[in-house]
Amino acid sequence: MDNDPILEMKNISKAFPGVLANDDISLEIRKGEVHALLGENGAGKTTLMNILFGIYHPDHGEIRMNGKNTSIHSPQDAIRERIGMVQQHFALVPSLTVAENVILGLKDFGFIIKTKQVEKQIKELGERYTLPVRPKSKVWTLSVGERQRIEILKLLYTGANILILDEPTAVLTPQETRQLFHAIRKLVQEGSSVIFISHKLDEVLEISDRISVLRNGRNAGTMNRSEVDRRTLVQKMVGRDVLLDQEKPQVEPGPLKIEIKDLSVKNDKGLMAVKNLSLQIKGGEILGIAGVAGNGQKELAEAIYGLRPIESGSVQMAGVDLHHRSIKKRIQAGLSFIPQDRKTIATCPNLSVMANIFMKNTIPGLKKPSLWNMQIKNMHEKTSELVENFSISTPSSKTAVRYLSGGNLQKVVLARELSNRPSVIIAEHPTRGLDIGAMEFVYKTLLEEKKKGSAVLLLAGELYEIFRLSDRVAVIYEGQIMGYTPPEPAYTEQIGFMMAGTREAFIHDHQN
Amino acid sequence: MTIKIEKRLNTPKYLSIVVPIISVFVALLIMFVILTIFFMGRLGSFAAAFSETCSAYQELIAWPFFNQYGLYSTISKMVPLAFVALGLSFAYKMKIWNIGGEGQLYMGALAATWAALFLFRGVNSPVVLITLVAIFSAIAGALWALIPALMKAYAKTDEIVVTLMLNYVAIFWVDYLVYGPWRDPNGFGFPGTATFPQAAMLPTMFDGNVHIGVFIAIALAIVLEYINRKTRWGFNSQIVGDNVRAATYSGIKVKSYTIISLVVSGAIGGLGGGIQMMGMQHRLMHGFSPGYGYTAIIVAWLGKLNPIAIIFVSFLFGGLLVGNDQLQMFYKLPISLISIFQGLVLFCLLGGEAVAAYRLRIERAKEVPANE
Repeated sequence: MDNDPILEMKNISKAFPGVLANDDISLEIRKGEVHALLGENGAGKTTLMNILFGIYHPDHGEIRMNGKNTSIHSPQDAIRERIGMVQQHFALVPSLTVAENVILGLKDFGFIIKTKQVEKQIKELGERYTLPVRPKSKVWTLSVGERQRIEILKLLYTGANILILDEPTAVLTPQETRQLFHAIRKLVQEGSSVIFISHKLDEVLEISDRISVLRNGRNAGTMNRSEVDRRTLVQKMVGRDVLLDQEKPQVEPGPLKIEIKDLSVKNDKGLMAVKNLSLQIKGGEILGIAGVAGNGQKELAEAIYGLRPIESGSVQMAGVDLHHRSIKKRIQAGLSFIPQDRKTIATCPNLSVMANIFMKNTIPGLKKPSLWNMQIKNMHEKTSELVENFSISTPSSKTAVRYLSGGNLQKVVLARELSNRPSVIIAEHPTRGLDIGAMEFVYKTLLEEKKKGSAVLLLAGELYEIFRLSDRVAVIYEGQIMGYTPPEPAYTEQIGFMMAGTREAFIHDHQN
Repeated sequence: MTIKIEKRLNTPKYLSIVVPIISVFVALLIMFVILTIFFMGRLGSFAAAFSETCSAYQELIAWPFFNQYGLYSTISKMVPLAFVALGLSFAYKMKIWNIGGEGQLYMGALAATWAALFLFRGVNSPVVLITLVAIFSAIAGALWALIPALMKAYAKTDEIVVTLMLNYVAIFWVDYLVYGPWRDPNGFGFPGTATFPQAAMLPTMFDGNVHIGVFIAIALAIVLEYINRKTRWGFNSQIVGDNVRAATYSGIKVKSYTIISLVVSGAIGGLGGGIQMMGMQHRLMHGFSPGYGYTAIIVAWLGKLNPIAIIFVSFLFGGLLVGNDQLQMFYKLPISLISIFQGLVLFCLLGGEAVAAYRLRIERAKEVPANE
């Protein structure tokens, strides 16, 4: 490895209204290294990379390539400097082939494209970097992992030697992640540099040569992989020591709270997203559902809650069939739902904390508001109480929730969903986008509800979150449960296989 | 030192009052230029045009707001504006864009006429007849709004288009009746019905110059303000208005809310039509409304959908309409200039809102690292 930086970002600052996303960040990338950018959501990782890729323009600071000042005003400039970026959301045309997607937007092909030659080049490129693709396949037929490979090949094809990968593993199964890491290692061997953005500690420790930790828009330090361990990284990320692994309270399972039998649900495209799925959760039990996003988790949650019609099968709460019951009835029956999308479904951004907490009109313990007089004053008092209990930091109960941070917004949702004395809680990615402090709070609160005897259905993408909270783990693949495992990291590989569509029974047969 | 334009995080309260006032002022200013150009064409010299415009502006403001008789007409003109604007604001709160105020006003007037002249001919008690006519006009407005409401709730049609189109249908219905079956046989061929019976006329004040409709409008505004602030409807409707998906998630029946808000909105507009018939016109005529239903859209917006503010804004706009009439009469201005003015007000208002979302920030130069 050559220690001269090929890329330097110096004193980069970028402000958005109300936030200083990047505050005087300096960063050096060397030739042939995997440089991880680690940080909580909102720490400024993506902003910094968008500046490097020319999507944003920095307020202050400069970018130097090979020791020379450059100005990058657009992605075109970045590509000219041989910088490439794979965004979190892929930009591929589903109806075109792999080869067509790779050369899409490239100008040096003239009017008639020599498809054969391009396909051959792509195939060779893929083999060289262990990123196998079939150049003639249509993109819509490919898995997420394959699509990601195309994005990377596209960068390589345009000659990029600095590759920015923004949270590349968020959408992958453990096996696909391993394959990606293999390709990354190959890339740096060949002399490229990779900037790997992530908030997952283990991955960063596994793949990087050097690690820069961003915290609150500042660079909290760049370290060699050999000098750090998990604990020091967490400390750098949050600025203090946290207990990531608290004890799970042991609760004697109570009566059956929710029973789903042969449930089938369609997705927005009208295809079956949940197929004959059955599960049961008892009081005081947390069932974690693991799976790659988009395998029917969202549809399952929405169907139970009543936001999506049930095609067949039944959902019963305490023996009562919920089919044809309105959402209001379900709420009254003690069903709570913490949706993944807190900004678009779970809250009204322009309304006050109070209005958001009372969005469902009921909070037990408060006199039921009458139709003609909601007793706004009482509601504000009750809100102040909940604001304190849930340690929501807000100037007042009248502040519009769009001014709250993600963590505080989620606390508002929790305050509403959990002070309703729920008997069944559906928690869909309850910590997505939260910092570690707020994550801990969510875990603590959900475990408290478990102690109180609620049944919790936890749909989460992150395995550690499932291990951390659940009593049982079910793995979902294409709307079906592939099998159950105990919530222990030792089962990660087995879960990984099931997430990719192998049935539990099959794995056992194989092992025996 | 650099000057930066950036988005406001928080819009200060005072801006919601200052912005409309400045907007109207700017509109008046632009209109001043247009009028001066218009008068230059007529009078030739700039000086003469300028002084003519000044005196026109004096008329525009002095008569409707500072003259006793001018004030009477201002109050009379504000009543239909206030009713329709109050109705519209009820739907607008939930982001349901009812553009059909004009049609609902016409249908209310039509039903009022039907009730007063034909259906309840024999009723002699003013209290009973006025109540009946009012109820009929409100129902007619409600039914007229029910059409787009059902279409929106069940077929997801766009309420803007449907309500707007229904305006023309309503106007042509009235035209058909006043030119045809309902035309007053003793009306010398004038396209209008016969006069309402005495019992169907609203009581008046100030020697018969002002009818009591203005008090009904004020009372209605107070009721609506209470509904918005205190009731469950008001609470839930702000949720529907801010985020429909969150409303569904909260168990609010968005379909019912959509239908009810449009129907109530139409009922209030229809009631406005009935009040206009009983208080002002006393007969259904061709084109009795000079576009109250459209002006009311501007009124509702200027009043920020707040019922109490809408009363004040409709007073202001009533005055502008009266002033405009004066200008038409004494300065022989074409009516299209009046429409230009109203358009300008809306334009400046929307522009003002957009501008007010930003602020200027003056920033002292920071120590910037020298480039080489």
